[in-house]
Amino acid sequence: MVQVTSPAFKQNAARALADAGLQKALGKAKGAFLQRRAEAVGRLPEFEALRDIGRDIKNHTLANLDFYLETYAANVERAGGTVHWCSTADEARAAVLEICRKAGAKTVTKGKSMISEEIAVNDHLEKHGITPVETDLGEYIIQLRHEHPSHIIAPAFHLNREDWEADFRRMHTDLDPNRVFNERRDILAEARTKLRSRFLAADVGITGANFLIAETGSSVIVTNEGNGDLTQTLPRVHIALASIEKVVPTLEDATSLLRLLARSATGQDFSVYTTFSTGARRPGDLDGPEEYHVVLIDNGRSNMIGSEFQEMLRCIRCAACMNHCPVYGATGGHAYGWVYPGPMGSVLTPSLVGIDKAAHLPNASTFCGKCESVCPVKIPLPKLMRHWREREFERHLTPTGMRRGLGLWAWFARRPGMYRLATRMGVGALSLLARGKGAFRSMPLAGGWTKGRDLPAPEPGGTFMARYTKMQRAGTVR
Amino acid sequence: MSRDAILHSIRRGLKRGPLPADQRAMLDGRLATHPRHLIPARSRVPRPEQVALFIHNVEKEFGSVDRVADAAEIPGAVADYLAAQNLAPRFVMAPNPELRALPWADKPLLEFEARRAEASDAVSVQHGYAAIAETGTLMLPSDPARPTTLNILAETEIVVLRTSRIHGAYEEAWDTLRRERTDPVSGGFMPRNVMLVTGPSRSADIEQTLELGAHGPRRLHIILLDDDPAAMPAA
Repeated sequence: MVQVTSPAFKQNAARALADAGLQKALGKAKGAFLQRRAEAVGRLPEFEALRDIGRDIKNHTLANLDFYLETYAANVERAGGTVHWCSTADEARAAVLEICRKAGAKTVTKGKSMISEEIAVNDHLEKHGITPVETDLGEYIIQLRHEHPSHIIAPAFHLNREDWEADFRRMHTDLDPNRVFNERRDILAEARTKLRSRFLAADVGITGANFLIAETGSSVIVTNEGNGDLTQTLPRVHIALASIEKVVPTLEDATSLLRLLARSATGQDFSVYTTFSTGARRPGDLDGPEEYHVVLIDNGRSNMIGSEFQEMLRCIRCAACMNHCPVYGATGGHAYGWVYPGPMGSVLTPSLVGIDKAAHLPNASTFCGKCESVCPVKIPLPKLMRHWREREFERHLTPTGMRRGLGLWAWFARRPGMYRLATRMGVGALSLLARGKGAFRSMPLAGGWTKGRDLPAPEPGGTFMARYTKMQRAGTVR
Repeated sequence: MSRDAILHSIRRGLKRGPLPADQRAMLDGRLATHPRHLIPARSRVPRPEQVALFIHNVEKEFGSVDRVADAAEIPGAVADYLAAQNLAPRFVMAPNPELRALPWADKPLLEFEARRAEASDAVSVQHGYAAIAETGTLMLPSDPARPTTLNILAETEIVVLRTSRIHGAYEEAWDTLRRERTDPVSGGFMPRNVMLVTGPSRSADIEQTLELGAHGPRRLHIILLDDDPAAMPAA
């Protein structure tokens, strides 16, 4: 698996906040997805009703996941494909390598796939003398830079145009070093030219899967660039990598989820290419792969079934949660330290790599609730993060200072009289210290707060309870 | 075996063994009847408006549409489009009987071969199987007469589509495919590949700003043959 740096989240985040280039990229990109999603949702009055339907389809599938996976696999095989069931990342890597070796592969083109990041298949292929070539534009530059994606649908979210130009000049040394990139489309055109020969030379094409369809044994990919289709059409062998929760029963179920996916992700009504692959080339077909393999990967997900985290398996990887997250917007994706960033990552990462390594992630949330409110399948992300915080506390992974603080707060919270007395004294002391000023610039023991922002001073009139009691007496509230 | 381990782990989570026969039968029934869910109202309009919605959505997604009243006009429409785009009058065409039967000899300057596409082909002419008005989407199932490479390799893709094949929602197009096609390998209806195509290829990977012309076609042009009297615009 990809190395986990989540235990260093605090340091990662501090570094991210101080990284001027990253902050520039985040500042530019943040608004784009939000506005386009809001517009797309606005154009479809049925969007809210579709969210309920999306949730119900996924819940129905998960409650019968064994049945739908068996049906799916039988239908893949009926259409001439092969399913490789893999419990772990190791097994999945081995299965991919084996298929590539049998095909005598030298180079492998790849469409965008987060599960391929999760199982680190590129490193494994390279180690065994096979060259993987990422063909999604964002993944392509990430591979040139030896980085990992910082966003699940926009891998190069953390880069600025200048980074693209510099990397292309550095890596494409056969081109005129003095060429000019006037527009973003010049960068795109260069990547298109460079990758064309790679598409044609590849022996195997590896894609992910947005959905698997039990009814037909199809795998579905959704792209805008067309790289996924070139990857799965031109080579002699196509491998689709998919985790077990991608399966849905029918084309109608997939269609309802597709109405949610692009709108939630990029704010498009529909992505440019939505492609259903079912088996290998048919008799008489003039193109398409001669072999079709599905590597079906569990890697910890079946353990989430029946647990308080089962709802996370509804996720369709649209990225709306991270696009709307104030923490992701401030730190970017790399700070989260593993494959999946943002709120969905803060729930999924502890499930897949262990809470001992990922305890910071469910704490990296303001609990503003925006993620849940935009989730197309209504995953209660804050609630699931809270479950992880509880597990962290139960397992004594929470730092001592915080445990003591929580213990102190709990003592008062269980004694309302003491709680009111303490808050009244606190408010009184703060008002006195503020001397009419509206906010504190610094405060002993509150440096963690005041380093980044002012601490508001109490409003005149005392605590909430004091004012409430007064208003009750005056008869303005009941 | 990993298959058994995965299924066992799922069943342990669900706190049950393999599904009993009556529940399997219920789920098999759901697969066989594949019930539709909510279909947005936007495409549930009279035929002429459905066609207008399709054209509107194709153009919104940066495609273009040309309407012809008679199949005999199609070779001329192809020639005119290529000339207007400053492209050489040369293309690869789907080896489809409907396309082959067009009066290409009327435009002797057009050169074409009916086959799959190669990397050197600049223009492809594809046969449109069906379309979906809801989002301006083409449905292009693979078969020997409709190679997939025609959808992805050329810089310019022209699709010939009959208005009678424009459906309102995706679900209606799926039912057409279910009704019309039998697969020689699986016995089901799904061909090896079905592409739903909405506009020309694009990427927003550079600073989340949309640019046309990624790895697939830079231009997508649809020649719409008006073969459906019910779909004609009001005079």
